[in-house]
Amino acid sequence: MVRLEKRAAPSRVWAYLTPVVAVLLTMVAGGLMFAALGADPLVSIRTIFWDPLFGEFAFYYRGQLLVKAGPLILIAIGLALGFKAGIWNIGAEGQYIMGAIFGAAVALAFYPLAARWLIFPLMVIAGAFGGFLWAMIPGILRTRFNTNEILVSLLLVYVAEQILAWMALGPLRNPDGAGFPGSRNLRQYESSANSELIAGWGLHWGVVAALIAVIFAYVLLSKHLMGFHIRLTGESPRAARFAGVNPNRLILFCLGMSGALAGLAGLFEVAGPSGQISIDFNVGYGFTAIIVAFLGRLHPIGILLAGLLMALTYIGGEAAQASLGLPAAAIQAFQGMLLFFLLALDVLTNFRLRIGREARV
Amino acid sequence: MDFGSINPVLLIAALLVASTPILLAAIGELVVERSGVLNLGVEGMMIVGAVTGFIVTVETQVPAVGFVAGALGAMVLSLIFGVLTQVFLSNQVATGLGLTLFGLGVSALMGQQYAQMRTPVSPRWEFFGLNETPVLGPILFNQHPVVYLSLFLVAAVWWFLRSTRRGMILRAVGENHDAAHALGYSVIGTRFAAIAFGGACAGLGGAFLSLVIVPQWTDGMTAGRGWIALAIVVFASWKAWRVLLGAYLFGGVSVLQLNLQAAGFAIPVELLSMSPYLITILVLVIISSDRRRASANAPASLGRPFHASG
Repeated sequence: MVRLEKRAAPSRVWAYLTPVVAVLLTMVAGGLMFAALGADPLVSIRTIFWDPLFGEFAFYYRGQLLVKAGPLILIAIGLALGFKAGIWNIGAEGQYIMGAIFGAAVALAFYPLAARWLIFPLMVIAGAFGGFLWAMIPGILRTRFNTNEILVSLLLVYVAEQILAWMALGPLRNPDGAGFPGSRNLRQYESSANSELIAGWGLHWGVVAALIAVIFAYVLLSKHLMGFHIRLTGESPRAARFAGVNPNRLILFCLGMSGALAGLAGLFEVAGPSGQISIDFNVGYGFTAIIVAFLGRLHPIGILLAGLLMALTYIGGEAAQASLGLPAAAIQAFQGMLLFFLLALDVLTNFRLRIGREARV
Repeated sequence: MDFGSINPVLLIAALLVASTPILLAAIGELVVERSGVLNLGVEGMMIVGAVTGFIVTVETQVPAVGFVAGALGAMVLSLIFGVLTQVFLSNQVATGLGLTLFGLGVSALMGQQYAQMRTPVSPRWEFFGLNETPVLGPILFNQHPVVYLSLFLVAAVWWFLRSTRRGMILRAVGENHDAAHALGYSVIGTRFAAIAFGGACAGLGGAFLSLVIVPQWTDGMTAGRGWIALAIVVFASWKAWRVLLGAYLFGGVSVLQLNLQAAGFAIPVELLSMSPYLITILVLVIISSDRRRASANAPASLGRPFHASG
């Protein structure tokens, strides 16, 4: 008989090892899934994980890596703060949309004024504010009315999607767009464009913001009292209350911070890679970021690496779609599988496997 | 704008249909949560039920087989959740989210060749002409069999939890798993059964959506209904009959807003489309603001992992 025995303290070795083993197991299981879809498993795994970085067309794909990783990391950093404290904001997708709408609205209000020094910073503030505001709804409902923040934040994603459709078809629609849905292209408007800082790298302001967020979160969690309160609340809510942590302030801080970061991610996306407010603007970064946060062990550096890996699966998935005809949804299933393996393996961090009958104490 | 074009009898008949997927998913999740497990993967299980039900119906041309397949497909997915949370003791919130993300991906993968297809329509029951009765006929005696099944399930769950031995064991496990374990009841076994039941119900609800309501397969067609079902369980304070009320409230709002859209009501369509979600949030706020009552009814072991340490 295999038994689980609780460890006195979580294993550090397994805490670092589980993400790696989970990725490897997902490659095996994903390979089987691709084989079932009629693709050569080894070729598909190589197409997804190797070719975008070192293959023939790597010069194109490498740039895409940062474009995709930027929003994932930015959102996941914010989510991880809350997850660490047991505060579940799973509506980042909605906050991402609202950030994009707020930021784009500011840019479009100034169009065609040429004053980048004023407009771009204002957009950044508006984007962060939009996401912050949207995350404050579950935050205030939780602190004032004890309403479950998981359900409210998630339900608000659907509301945000409707607002997005309304904006794309109504108030923010391009007046010179011949009646097509969607706003003006912000990338072609010099004052609002969030273009590449170094040509071919995919490095735009959103990626810079993501790196700053990583450093900020690292310092916050390891050096600042707020970070200590977050960790304490996650590990023992009772102890945190005795230590004088104000739970409501913590909830508002974590939700507001993750909302603002998700809003920023949305703003940088709408002003850069996407370019416009359109009905299908959001592509699920807010949900994939949940996997990134867990895969990165809720640790800022881990999230940085996990974000890059997840971005790779996106790009590799596109490459596999083009060259092997693998369906786009296969990657989504693949990412979900990764989370399953990660969660299953986590048991080894907290428990020890014992083979044989229970030992006498 | 023309309110006269909205027929109240047809509205109520449509309400029963629109609320059935949520009713099914919510009554399943209620049993899961009463056993002390929080499965946030309802949305994922529903959509997998929707796609398997649809595919099997297209292949066999028999809707009844499709409904069974939808329930089974979602049950298989729920067992992944069961293994992860009960055997590997994973975090239930994270695992449930993973189930939803995985379910959305897998369903899109499975259904991609079935997007434009049609299924045979399964007939509604007519009760030997009772459906011709004015007013009550279209509402009570001319529905799809699964609508009656969903009502039967609510009654059955209510009776099961209240009056049967196994129902009481399930509640004991949900209230205090350590005590239930000490009394010799199988905590893990009970929870596995509850999770499988919840999966089957969500899958049936999903299949009803893709086979009766829409009836077609499109990616992500559950559109948050699984999350609304989760909210309705909270709204119902974990009581079976109140789930009925919550589901019909949601069904009423969604049917009404569709009718208002059709009647050309002068507010943007998007504002009407978001109303079911906003109403759900509002209802959640009202229910949970009474702190004492909200916490008194929640199963005490909800979401806590169980590990028999000896």
